[in-house]
Amino acid sequence: MSEHIVSSYDAELQDLRRRISEMGGIAEKMLVESIVALVRRDTPLAQAVIAADARLDVLQREIEEHAILMIARRQPLAVDLRETISAIRVSGDVERIGDLAKNIGKRALAISGQFQPQKIVTGVQHMSDLVQGQLKDVLDAYAGQDPKVALDVWQRDGQIDSLYTSLFRELLTYMMEDPRNISFCTHLLFVAKNIERIGDHTTNIAETIHYLVTGENLTLDRPKNDRSSFATLDSEV
Amino acid sequence: MSPIAVNTAASLGTNAAANLSAPVRIAVKNLNFYYGDARALKDINLDFHDRQVTALIGPSGCGKSTLLRTFNRIYSLYPEQRATGEILLDGRNVLSNGIDVNELRARVGMVFQKPTPFPMSIYDNIAFGIRLYEKLPKSELDDRIEESLRKAALWDEVKDKLRQSGMGLSGGQQQRLCIARTVAQRPEVILFDEPTSALDPISTGKIEELIEQLRAEFTIVIVTHNMQQAARISQFTAFMYLGEVVEFGETTKIFMNPNKKQTQDYITGRFG
Repeated sequence: MSEHIVSSYDAELQDLRRRISEMGGIAEKMLVESIVALVRRDTPLAQAVIAADARLDVLQREIEEHAILMIARRQPLAVDLRETISAIRVSGDVERIGDLAKNIGKRALAISGQFQPQKIVTGVQHMSDLVQGQLKDVLDAYAGQDPKVALDVWQRDGQIDSLYTSLFRELLTYMMEDPRNISFCTHLLFVAKNIERIGDHTTNIAETIHYLVTGENLTLDRPKNDRSSFATLDSEV
Repeated sequence: MSPIAVNTAASLGTNAAANLSAPVRIAVKNLNFYYGDARALKDINLDFHDRQVTALIGPSGCGKSTLLRTFNRIYSLYPEQRATGEILLDGRNVLSNGIDVNELRARVGMVFQKPTPFPMSIYDNIAFGIRLYEKLPKSELDDRIEESLRKAALWDEVKDKLRQSGMGLSGGQQQRLCIARTVAQRPEVILFDEPTSALDPISTGKIEELIEQLRAEFTIVIVTHNMQQAARISQFTAFMYLGEVVEFGETTKIFMNPNKKQTQDYITGRFG
């Protein structure tokens, strides 16, 4: 993309991109570390994750203010307008991802002293690995303005939903087996749900990238495999 | 149209949406224009739709004002300027020799960048144009003048001083007086050549509001350097560069997601 005649305009857009990329880095780190804290029962790490969220909130507010000022000052059009609006949207999604990772950190603290069946924790970890890959790819796609990678992320979200549904069923089984499992299983259930929600936010970002680059909204139905809303454990199961 | 454009247009109300099925009022075919030996327009082909606002945008010297000036053959005041090709107004070529130029200019009115009131009363400014083409009894003339001033959103401001000089009005009022003078001749097409570039934001807003209302009756073509203005008031936009039409399309599409890189670079301020 060639440069604007007014160079400070380019500097402002560049500044938005820089802040988004900083937010992305923080959110990625928070997600990774929240899961490590959960698996290793590492309370200091969980506390560090919780503390990191404040910076994300600040950045998100700054991006929003800058974007609004740019709209007022420059009245951006076409790709510039799409980029400004996209910055607002993406920063909102990344900020939510931070909130969800922070919540995982809190739950890691809550169940750090309790027995955790390895199989389930591994399941959560596997789900998180998938989402971490998605998040990294989508942030790279944003930095490189690559709609192909974004579309790929968007299409892969179905896997995460399937995994979430199976984890959901498994956790229900544990709870039915022994009521003493209910406490940590509920926490793990929320952790899994948070990871699944982070996956949804990455697909939102993917949609935004597609809009930013092509000017068209993705109107197709996204592949959804989250069947947990319909999952029950009947006595015969 | 992209889904975004559809949604945007829908949210702006049906009035703002481009009417693709509106009949073509002016069809420009293979138009070339010369200032002496210099070719200022190169094989222009464009359709202007009935009762829609079409904006012509592009950097200075790209030919947009030249194109506008061919529609009512204002250029023929200058002997060294000539046009070839066809401009069909309701199917009749306005460039052909058989056209009565005075009648053409009554059908295709024009409003210029700087307000051009005549040094006479507000009343006479409007009556002057009407008297050129029609002989109306006094009462009918009065009615026509009131109607024109109302359509130009100026009536309430001048109804008590119709006998005062038009030169005494503010810039924005003078421009609306010129619009009233054009409207009084009951044209089919109104051409605006940067009508607000000499006006303050309030007067500009009034003129934009007026253009929006005039669209119900007239086919409007506007040349503007203000991108946001083009985006606000037009249904179709043509981007011109070096005497050629680079891109023509619905305004929502041109300003949100143009097809050509050149168009995008221009409207986003990347060259010019």
